[in-house]
Amino acid sequence: MMVIPCPFCGPRNETEYTYGGQAHVAYPENPDALTDEQWAQFLFYRDNPRGSYAERWQHSAGCRKWFNAVRNTHTYEITHVYRLDQARPDGLPKAPLATKEVGA
Amino acid sequence: MAEQMTVKPAATGTTDAAVLGYRRSPAHHLAELMAAASGEQVRLREVPFLTQITIRATAPEAVEAVGNALGVTMPSAVGEVAQGEFGEGGSGSSGSSGSSGSSVSVVWLSPDEWLAVLGDEADTGVSIAAVVESLSVALGERRGQVVDVSSNRTTLELSGSKARAVLDKTIELDLHPREFPVGRAVSTQMESVAVILWRSADDTWLLMPRASFAEHVVGWLADGMREFS
Amino acid sequence: MTQHQNHHGGRLERGGRLDRDQPIGFTIDGTALTGYAGDTLASALVANGRLRVGDSIYLRRPRGVLSAGVEEPNAFVRVNGEHNESMLPATTLELRDGLDVTLLDGIGVLDDRPDRNEYDKMHVHADVAVIGSGPAGLAAAKEAASGGARVVLFEQDFELGGSLLSDPTITVADQGALDYVASVRAELEAAPEVTVLTRTCVFGSYDNNFLVALEKRDDVASAEGGVSRQRLWHVTAGQVVLAVGAFERPIVFSDNDVPGVMLASAVKTYVERWAALPGRDVVLFTTNDSAYETARCLTKAGATVTVIDARPEVKAATSAQEGARRAGLTVRTASAVVGIEGSEGVTGAFVASIDDAGQLAGDAELIACDLVAVSGGWTPNVSLHSQRQGQLAWDDVLSGFVPSAGVKNQFVVGAGNGTYDTDDCLIEGARAGRGAAAAAGFPASSSADGGDAVAESAEVWRARQHRAAGTVRPLWAVPAPDGSLDTHFVDPHRDNTAADVLRATGAGMRSVEHVKRYTSISTGIDQGKIGGVNTIGLLTQLLSGNDTKAIPSGQPGQDAADAVELTASGQPARRPTPGTIGTTTFRAPFTPVAFTALAGRGRGALFDAARTSPAHSWHVEHGARFEDVGQWKRPWFYPQEGEDMDAAVARECRAAREGVAFMDATTLGKIEIRGADAPEFLNRMYTNPFLKLPVGKGRYGVMCTVSGMVFDDGVTLRLADDRFFMTTTTGGAAKVLDWLEEWSQTEWPELDVTLSSVTEQWSTVAVVGPRSREVIAKLAPDLDVSKEGFGFMEFRETTLASGIDARVCRITFSGELAYEINVPRWYGLKVWEDVAAAGEEFDITPYGTETMHVLRAEKAFPIVGQETDGTVTPHDLGMDWVVSKTKEFIGKRSFSRAAFTEPGRKQLVSVLPLDHTLRLPEGAQLVEPDALGDYTGEGLPTAPIAMVGFVTSSYHSQALGRSFALALVKDGPTRVGQTLLASFGGKFAEVEVREPVLYDKEGARRDG
Repeated sequence: MMVIPCPFCGPRNETEYTYGGQAHVAYPENPDALTDEQWAQFLFYRDNPRGSYAERWQHSAGCRKWFNAVRNTHTYEITHVYRLDQARPDGLPKAPLATKEVGA
Repeated sequence: MAEQMTVKPAATGTTDAAVLGYRRSPAHHLAELMAAASGEQVRLREVPFLTQITIRATAPEAVEAVGNALGVTMPSAVGEVAQGEFGEGGSGSSGSSGSSGSSVSVVWLSPDEWLAVLGDEADTGVSIAAVVESLSVALGERRGQVVDVSSNRTTLELSGSKARAVLDKTIELDLHPREFPVGRAVSTQMESVAVILWRSADDTWLLMPRASFAEHVVGWLADGMREFS
Repeated sequence: MTQHQNHHGGRLERGGRLDRDQPIGFTIDGTALTGYAGDTLASALVANGRLRVGDSIYLRRPRGVLSAGVEEPNAFVRVNGEHNESMLPATTLELRDGLDVTLLDGIGVLDDRPDRNEYDKMHVHADVAVIGSGPAGLAAAKEAASGGARVVLFEQDFELGGSLLSDPTITVADQGALDYVASVRAELEAAPEVTVLTRTCVFGSYDNNFLVALEKRDDVASAEGGVSRQRLWHVTAGQVVLAVGAFERPIVFSDNDVPGVMLASAVKTYVERWAALPGRDVVLFTTNDSAYETARCLTKAGATVTVIDARPEVKAATSAQEGARRAGLTVRTASAVVGIEGSEGVTGAFVASIDDAGQLAGDAELIACDLVAVSGGWTPNVSLHSQRQGQLAWDDVLSGFVPSAGVKNQFVVGAGNGTYDTDDCLIEGARAGRGAAAAAGFPASSSADGGDAVAESAEVWRARQHRAAGTVRPLWAVPAPDGSLDTHFVDPHRDNTAADVLRATGAGMRSVEHVKRYTSISTGIDQGKIGGVNTIGLLTQLLSGNDTKAIPSGQPGQDAADAVELTASGQPARRPTPGTIGTTTFRAPFTPVAFTALAGRGRGALFDAARTSPAHSWHVEHGARFEDVGQWKRPWFYPQEGEDMDAAVARECRAAREGVAFMDATTLGKIEIRGADAPEFLNRMYTNPFLKLPVGKGRYGVMCTVSGMVFDDGVTLRLADDRFFMTTTTGGAAKVLDWLEEWSQTEWPELDVTLSSVTEQWSTVAVVGPRSREVIAKLAPDLDVSKEGFGFMEFRETTLASGIDARVCRITFSGELAYEINVPRWYGLKVWEDVAAAGEEFDITPYGTETMHVLRAEKAFPIVGQETDGTVTPHDLGMDWVVSKTKEFIGKRSFSRAAFTEPGRKQLVSVLPLDHTLRLPEGAQLVEPDALGDYTGEGLPTAPIAMVGFVTSSYHSQALGRSFALALVKDGPTRVGQTLLASFGGKFAEVEVREPVLYDKEGARRDG
């Protein structure tokens, strides 16, 4: 059982949460300016590292707030949680790898 | 056409007693079941028709304003419940005949969401509309919301020396007094049903599920109580 | 099965943890026997001279009780009762009066009669969970509890004490062993924050110290009910102390499965704990010192013992060998049992000398005996440690895998950590108990010297463990005089032998995981507790001779002593060792758990939440049949006397189209939305525009996912400039609110918009049909219900005749003139009854979801989740009109992708079976009329037949007087007028493709 520390409600069992996939994948400013390939990158491509991964969670059975967490995908240890208005902790990949550059 | 449109404003007077008599609480038909399940060690009953208002506010001054309207300092952290008196004369007034006032509890639900809980308007004389009106005025144009959710949930009271044991069969949270002291209330889930769980006294717990789940929650608790009947 | 019995030793006159004043009668295979309170079924059998149990699962070989615990691979029984329970090990089954069991041959059958016993779950939070109550566990629990921490002590046995129950004569903490157990138990039970759970096996260990345990409560479960027979404990622990002991390994030799071959430690346990003597003439075959304790207690009990020690002579005067000789025993060193005489039971053991390489070094000699006690060394019970990915290392001296790196917030102590000396167990346990209590924030108050000064480093402690363990000479397989390996049982439950392992390596298997699956070793009920390490040892032997390539590992293991050596070419070559081979993966459950226990109370009516509307009692009283829609119980149809479903639905449809009908629409999701930016927010969420929706009006809207697929739909009312009231589909209520919250919180926090679910605040009655206006006029006398005064898609706040305030909307999901009355939910029943009363003179008819579906399908109103499946766009539904071409909204970008405009997309049409009475099954496939060729529907066609679409909804239409269906068909609109073939269940039927809307295409009925 993962115990996830909600920044607002404290630690609760994972069963109280909804998973929201990779964090820091912003909705494109102007979707119409993207090629189909770029749009598909945004829609469907996400990183899948072994190790630290910034991802979104919603405390759906509690305060209903979304927040970000850094989870080690190997050990399931959650090393950081931070609110949406807080900066991503240092030392993590600065941008999602999958959505960086299309065709680069 | 639009200018023809009038949406009737909410009445703020006291609701007619005959109309209040038409209400049916979500666990009304389960009263016998709850009485039969209850015994010396643990008891279950419904506390019907509590006035419940969802308050949403973000700006500190908006939070303060709705708190002032309710006569409380709005709670600011998970688990906290603020208590106050709403109505004539504010915190000093007591429920003498003719006056209308109700004790109010404000439960923290999220950084920008609270649930104000007042007595049944049939008992307090404080109408739901009056509370909504007062809070809406206090919130004003600021970001947030005041919504009547009195019918949205019902309140079940589980009490007795084995009440916690019954809850431990189904609630995942730590209910030990060190972690869940009297006066604490949180939203959580009970067998996948969302509930507000509120410890109102050492051996008394309030569970507030949404109305359509009342039958399931009562059935589940009553089943868990059989061991102690 | 044979009735042959071995008459072994029987019950000793004194001793044992038995209540001899309380005899217990039980029946096995129809034979009545007697034991005592305190017995297990197995100990009672041993005391009755019966070691023989059922036959083996495949080879049907006679088998006997091998162990005294959860690792038992042979002694399985079915407990007979109202609901038979199978495959229970006799070694852990507590004897109780009237117990009626049948011996099983390694396999059981689930009883198909219902299990009326009760099962439940309990959640518990602990600062420290201690698993196991042997000396290490007791010491840990005692220390952990002393500072006030919440401690839960788990013991799978019905008595605390663990190994001390088998060592009652030793001194522990200056007391007799059992006095020590009693005093710690009393201390723990007196501590207010301590819970002691016996008969409770922790079978799973998960992230964050979440443990799952099964408590067997047959001793407290009452016939009246209410008290569960088994209880599943969900444990959240701050710190965990694993004090779970070790398993003794059998030795793999010829015919090592004959009844009467028993683990040496089990022999000691039967004698010391239960005063049950498994044999009088005993050959004790060992690879280590521990079995000499068994020799000692057997001698004391009056048995004769010959020790066969695989190790060479240990010259020291202090050696166990010398000690045994001084006590008068015969000890043969550098020897092995190489075979057994007897098949139904041991009558003798063949013994031969072995050389340094483990090969036979002389002829075998027969020693007459009725019991062969074996000890192949010890395997720490690392299951719970390994379930958490705790690391293991092979320790050559201890001859076992031991935990090498800890799991966060866990301690491993005692024999489970390779600590086999009782005093050391106390030290290690106490230290862990104090460490756990301190880590949990409740430092131990005890000042007891637990030996903290000893063993500052892991290396020092390991050396101490090695000294205590003495010398072990593992024998992975003892050669038989005839060279055969066919009856060298490695995994008795699976009937797997050393020959099977040889076949696996011969077939090229190298990884232990592959060998496991090739042979089925470790897949039986004991999950490798008996045969796992012996298999790994055997692999080292089989793979070391001819293979210097790297051996693929199983669960990462490592060698304590590095096994790298150089080949002739100077390259390092790894010789396989147990450490390099590694173990198979340990998974929960540690011991078997019944599904009923996992289900707990969630059976029958409590299986899932059933949501009900306030008018539910009315529906029940009026004979409604219900349909599950999500968790909701919705009226499906209301059959009158003599009506079947079709007749009822036809009548309900007629009422809605020709008169007036009403439906409970309470289940629709409802969201109240407020904020200055609420119009902008809705405008981005819905595919159609919402900025200019006037106050007092409502609008139908469709939401799409970012990839452009229909997600939900519903009508949203504008209550005020900054307030909206959104309705969602019944099933979509929660997901739509989550969806809106996600965008509001994560993408557009700058928008002033606030959302609250009010699904359960409102109860909704839909009043439908040409005469609905008259009913509403009676119910809401203040309302101008005229066509001009109350337009379509408008709503009004009004006070009903009853005095109840209501919001009345003119919305239709049938195409008919229709209204929806919304009131606070606790007035829902009253208003529903008022509608029924007001409509009585118009013969108002309640209708359910089936009629609702027919009515909306006749109008081709799609249902999200029925006409859509996550691959359907609004355009595919023929709803281009609902998609704005100008504004930005969620999903818009995807509509310009090529795949969305290319031909071949499946699009909504109606299909009419040429046979007007044929109702196509939903899901029926549609194919081209000439696609079949000579295929008749028998078997499979020679070539795949291309599907062009499928039926999504299918009903009989009262209004059309025929059956009809909606379907998604490739390029559907271009096929209107064509005939297709519907394929279902091996049958085919011609259908004609039509435009979707089949009834009132002009929308003339909407205004009544």
